[in-house]
Amino acid sequence: MTTQDRMIDLASADDATAHDGGDEPAPVLTVQDLRVTFSRGGRTIRAVNGLNYQLRAGRTLAIIGESGSGKSVSVRALLGLLPPSAFVSGSARLGQTELVGLNEKAMRAIRGDEIAMVFQDPARSLNPTMNVGQQITEAIGMHQRLDKKAATDRAVELMKLVRLPAAERRFEEYPHQLSGGMRQRVMIAIALASDPKVLIADEATTALDVTTQAQIMELLADLQDRLGTSVIMISHDLGLAACYADEVLVMYGGKAVEQAPAATLFSHVRMPYTKALLGSIPQLTTPSHGLLSVIGGQPPDLASLPQGCAFRPRCPNASDQCLTEPALTEHEPGHRYACWHPVGAAGAGGSADGDRARVEEVS
Amino acid sequence: MTVIDEAARTAREEPSSTAPLLSVRNLVQEYVTRGPGGVKAGVVHAVSDVSFDLMPGETLGVVGETGSGKSTLARAIIQVERPVSGEVVFQGQDLVTLDRRKLKATRARMQMVYQDPFGSLNPRWRIEDVVAEPLVGHTDLTKDERGARVDELLDLVGLDPRQYRRRRPMELSGGQAQRVAIARAIAPEPALIICDEAVSSLDVLIQAQVLNLFEKLRADLGLSYVFIAHDLATVKQVSDRVAVMHLGQLAEVGPAAEIYQAPKHPYTRALLGSVPVLDPATGAARRPVPLTGEPPSPLNPPSGCRFRTRCPIAQDVCAEVEPRPTPIGDGGRRVACHFPLGE
Repeated sequence: MTTQDRMIDLASADDATAHDGGDEPAPVLTVQDLRVTFSRGGRTIRAVNGLNYQLRAGRTLAIIGESGSGKSVSVRALLGLLPPSAFVSGSARLGQTELVGLNEKAMRAIRGDEIAMVFQDPARSLNPTMNVGQQITEAIGMHQRLDKKAATDRAVELMKLVRLPAAERRFEEYPHQLSGGMRQRVMIAIALASDPKVLIADEATTALDVTTQAQIMELLADLQDRLGTSVIMISHDLGLAACYADEVLVMYGGKAVEQAPAATLFSHVRMPYTKALLGSIPQLTTPSHGLLSVIGGQPPDLASLPQGCAFRPRCPNASDQCLTEPALTEHEPGHRYACWHPVGAAGAGGSADGDRARVEEVS
Repeated sequence: MTVIDEAARTAREEPSSTAPLLSVRNLVQEYVTRGPGGVKAGVVHAVSDVSFDLMPGETLGVVGETGSGKSTLARAIIQVERPVSGEVVFQGQDLVTLDRRKLKATRARMQMVYQDPFGSLNPRWRIEDVVAEPLVGHTDLTKDERGARVDELLDLVGLDPRQYRRRRPMELSGGQAQRVAIARAIAPEPALIICDEAVSSLDVLIQAQVLNLFEKLRADLGLSYVFIAHDLATVKQVSDRVAVMHLGQLAEVGPAAEIYQAPKHPYTRALLGSVPVLDPATGAARRPVPLTGEPPSPLNPPSGCRFRTRCPIAQDVCAEVEPRPTPIGDGGRRVACHFPLGE
């Protein structure tokens, strides 16, 4: 699919929403009740437990969570990138195509073509024995029939698109000759080779320096503006999500616990878990030797999740009511959260300061 | 806790209150790279002429990008690799010229905590043996005394000894394993702990716990830290003073509050500007302003100022004359720039 087709696509997507009467672009990807379990040594590990979200055209969705929250597994499940021990159920529709249960052959036509992925470690995702130009050309060849000259030209064009310095010269270089940031640019060029509808960035900047991270994120944001790609950004970095995402989904124990447009979520945090995450990040402006507000305990064991709310054992607001699982409900316009005692609600958490004091007590 | 109280007192009082605990002077570390056939291909200028002082009870944060020489600096301080030239004066002794045997005794008072706790703990040992090991080498405690001390140390880092002392590293989470590594580091009652990206691989909630633990130990035991990390906010949280390294050189060093509030070196400003900021109180976010260009290679650093190829305010003189760290103000701040910001 060429960029021009994409423009037409976008235009028709806009038309569709115009008919709906909403100002939101049409959803590109709709995930409903996605579940992933692994069987390991007779134990069932429940990695993702009923995830719902919509990714809209040209928008960025950030999925936030700690290690083991199911954020990576949930997107890998979309692309059939999980090991055979994984069992995936639910639904994930990309346009008219159902991704869950799709056979490998059909999946291969989608993977890299309609949904592309950029991983955390560019050094391990690239082939060390092929020069980067060939690797990009190969990716182009997977999706388009072009003669050698045209494919090479397109590869150089992509390398320029991702602002690799001296693209023609870099074409001949091998991954080990590039810096981490340049390798990640090559990965993005490969991901963009087929002009995908959806780009998944799985901790794509975590391994990079803060200076390089800023360059890559600005590049992604710029490319998104120009190409209209929808982006799922998986990260543990709340600051990064706040800067670049339109919509944020916070995961804990394989579930979405809070979901809202970025500005709404970070200005009115409701879920005590999100609040705890925010309180635990050091800030550039805080005085030295201050103590961070921390919560005790460990993330839940996905093989034996606690009864009710998975965050209950660590939650400062927990009560007996939390033994019944709270559903992810739209309590305020556009703001969903799964909590019986949200932060800032009357009679539950009290004031924000009160919460902080209680959080400290628990630690 | 008597042993620890004594340790705290000696750590605070042994060097007179005005003498630095650690004094690094003109430290240079270089590595030779070899091409096919072992032919010398070039020299990596990993640390070039770095000088700073660390006062007792103080924390010096070291920030910089990958390849800026942060870890090499740590390794040159503890003499894992002998530096090419320069002095590392620790509690009045120059470690660079010290022989191996005396160096070993000094190392009890200078410990290190690394990024990957699982890589630095022997997977086949029980936690109690891991923590007791430095006591075997550096003290003449009996087996029972060592056992009691291990309990005390595990308690101090927030692990219940009854629950954890018989476990092995693989049975721990990342945060717990890092606590064990910290317990082992403080076992020989050091005056200085060098943390090399010690919280970088931990999840934010666990990272906050470990950062608070470092603060608690600093207050309780009078420890000094050299805290190396690429995350600027984390460094701010723990540091009294901060050294900003760029390609093996000190770009800027001084009080943490001053440097973060009003950076004088364009590189410091660029680093701070690259951080995505989220204000937890209001939810307001600020997008980073990226620096253009790639970091130069330490194999072939640019002439003059090594930052000039990426510097937005570079002039001709920056290519010709290497800026030396020059004192600015009276807060012990030094900046290596011909055109310091806000001057």
